Amino acid sequence: MTWAASLDRLLPKVSKPARYAGQEWNQVRKDWSKAAVRVALAYPDVYEVGMSNLGMAILYDLLNQQPDWLAERVYAPWLDMEQAMRQNKIPLFSLESRRPLREFDVIGFSLQYELNYSNVLNMLDLAGIPLLARDRTESWPLIIAGGTCAYNAEPLADFFDLFVVGEGEEVLPELMHLCQESWGREKKEAFLVRAASIAGIYVPSLYQVEYHPDGAVSTIAPLKAGVPAQVRKRIVSQLPPPPVQPVVPFVNVVHDRAMVEIMRGCTHGCRFCQAGMIYRPVRERPLAEVLYAVDQLLANTGHEEISLVSLSSSDYTCIGPLVRELSERYAEQRVSISLPSLRTDAFSVELAQIIQRTRKTGLTFAPEAGSERLRRVINKGITADDLLRTAEAAYASGWLRIKLYFMMGLPTETVEDVLAIAELVQAVRGIGRHWCGKRAEVSVSVNTFVPKPHTPFQWLPLGDGSEIAARQAVLRREMPGRGIRLSWSDRATTWLEAVLSRGDRRLGRVVWYAWRSGARFDAWAEAFQPRLWEQAFAEAGLDPVFYSGRQRPFSEVLPWSSIDVGVSPTFLWEEYERSLRGEPSLNCADGCMDCGIRQAFSLAPCPPPTAGQREAEGNR
Amino acid sequence: MTDQPAQRLRLVFRKEAEVKYISHLDLMRAWERALRRAAVPLAYSQGFNPRPRLFFAAALPVGFTGRAEMLDVLLEQRMGLHDFTARLRAQLPVGLWLENVNEVPMALPPLPGQVLAAEYEVMVETEGTADEIKTRLAGLLAMGSLPRYRQRPGQERAYDLRPLIQELWFVGWRANLAAIGMRLQADPQGTGRPDEVMAALGLADAVRGTERLQLFFHP
Repeated sequence: MTWAASLDRLLPKVSKPARYAGQEWNQVRKDWSKAAVRVALAYPDVYEVGMSNLGMAILYDLLNQQPDWLAERVYAPWLDMEQAMRQNKIPLFSLESRRPLREFDVIGFSLQYELNYSNVLNMLDLAGIPLLARDRTESWPLIIAGGTCAYNAEPLADFFDLFVVGEGEEVLPELMHLCQESWGREKKEAFLVRAASIAGIYVPSLYQVEYHPDGAVSTIAPLKAGVPAQVRKRIVSQLPPPPVQPVVPFVNVVHDRAMVEIMRGCTHGCRFCQAGMIYRPVRERPLAEVLYAVDQLLANTGHEEISLVSLSSSDYTCIGPLVRELSERYAEQRVSISLPSLRTDAFSVELAQIIQRTRKTGLTFAPEAGSERLRRVINKGITADDLLRTAEAAYASGWLRIKLYFMMGLPTETVEDVLAIAELVQAVRGIGRHWCGKRAEVSVSVNTFVPKPHTPFQWLPLGDGSEIAARQAVLRREMPGRGIRLSWSDRATTWLEAVLSRGDRRLGRVVWYAWRSGARFDAWAEAFQPRLWEQAFAEAGLDPVFYSGRQRPFSEVLPWSSIDVGVSPTFLWEEYERSLRGEPSLNCADGCMDCGIRQAFSLAPCPPPTAGQREAEGNR
Repeated sequence: MTDQPAQRLRLVFRKEAEVKYISHLDLMRAWERALRRAAVPLAYSQGFNPRPRLFFAAALPVGFTGRAEMLDVLLEQRMGLHDFTARLRAQLPVGLWLENVNEVPMALPPLPGQVLAAEYEVMVETEGTADEIKTRLAGLLAMGSLPRYRQRPGQERAYDLRPLIQELWFVGWRANLAAIGMRLQADPQGTGRPDEVMAALGLADAVRGTERLQLFFHP
């Protein structure tokens, strides 16, 4: 029996078989024999998560627009499907043409979360592809990755041939041209050296990492002439036109809606926020282009919801006119509009009111810290007053539930700061009671802060686990009763995220051992087995606390220092020092803090003019 | 926008192999989205969460294909049937095929409550001869009762499968597979499931495909 036949026999027996069946509306089926470069876009989590990722949709569209290239999709098979595939010797296959992954020229992984790493190895293994880059010659597919985690992918350095650092829209086509010209036609080593000369391509095997006796990195040095000492991320100066013909899933995916990116980057400069640092500078999509894209998207997908994607929707220059126009234009078709990230102010409530005339489910805001002092430390420039006024506006205009995001374990945090969370939440509930009586609800999500690479807090340790547990207990005690719902992040999950996001390439063995002993879907509570990771560290002879629990000096060579995001380490350190003094920094829109991005990308002015300004210039 | 729907259309469609793994909920969404892409004037439900008013005759289990599935669509404004069919066909994913569209009176009772029975054809991989299969089917029909258990989340319910089997017959050979036909009750009093019948026949592992051929309605 062929594997395709046995696949058909096992699919009825696994959970949600439609995850593996493809055939969705707008999927692109190209002639395999006519494609010069065949790329499998791989997302190391289940279909429902991967299909919600806008980056994947952008690259799928971009590659398939080119007549010579073909891109197909593959996601991590869930536990039951993996077992069935292994029992029946079914290789990991693409959704579109059901071809084994090893028949592709390139396999490109999207790395968005450290807790997907074990799935990366598992997918390569299910594809029958050697895990270690050095065990693969040019006759195997080229294994590459991009995404947020590629800004420090050292723990996966042993497994990948190269990483794309930064925005893929220009660099990926450059790489594909190189592949078309020479991948598989010359020695892999020679190919990789040429690839390393493309700006934004990081080839980990071309760097030698040396360590101090205490385990800290001493040097990261290129092994060959022509290989840059540091790889600077790539950006696009203007947002390319958005994909308007995305695949429409049958399965109910996490974000089951049409998406259009209205803005990339964020001007707020919150010191804990990795996205805010690595996606600089801010760039807006012109209003007319957004409107056109929404029109096309809705016509091409039939979606009943459109999401205006950005890191801070309320900051988009034309957000008011945009939201008003959309809600008028599509009211008759019952299209709902969602704004995933709202600033904490009355204007945001106004926006929310325009888009949610009928269904007032809940509004989400992120004060991040409980006390004024701590919010100054993290440069989250909102006051308790802002929050309370926003809550009042929301409850007064009919919302019954407000969701608040906080973090715990922030630098300099004390029990007083934690008690301040409780006070704020109680105050918000009080306002809710006043306007909506007992139906008012506050749902509070308290995530443990993980200091991330390329942020002002990158040198800091993760907060001590028992201390955080104690503070969570304080919070639980202080927030009793009706109308408050409290949730927090899992301790072991936080720990693993901290270790992997701040690790060096020696962690490759840890990832490998953990996968080998059965680690899968670590981001899923029902699958995560922290013990496997603890054992993997022991087996590799590495101490996780060295990575997660240690204050690092400014002079230390950080494992991710071969990656240059355009924001200078000096700026990051100054920001860290300002945070300790409780000094705020300016929003880029109000003044320049000289973070380095302007020089790195020769931007004049910085931030680049907004779409609205550009249009005004053009009219003059 | 009027509150009263202006037209009720009855769609007969095939759910083919390409989409046989999508669930009933997935299928409902797929039709909603296809209808929205076709830009036909759908009637929506009232309330906080307006939905297009679609009514399926009967859910088809995951993994089954369907040759004559049925769906009622309510429109807010009247449309020509030819125009409706052409626009919708252009927007259907591979594996969903619209057979025909007819207008039915608005006053007819809702589709789901009208179903009485369903006819299925089950493909079986077997070494047996036609006579052996026929004997096996006759043996099952000869039973006075067929006590079976149905797994429900959190509980197990005993029921009698036998009265739900109205007819059971050997259709013939399709290439190397034996086709078994059955007509099973499908109404609020009880719904017979072809996989249960195959399990009672001792052929659960030999099933290679199940198709629902037609639905039977109240006259």
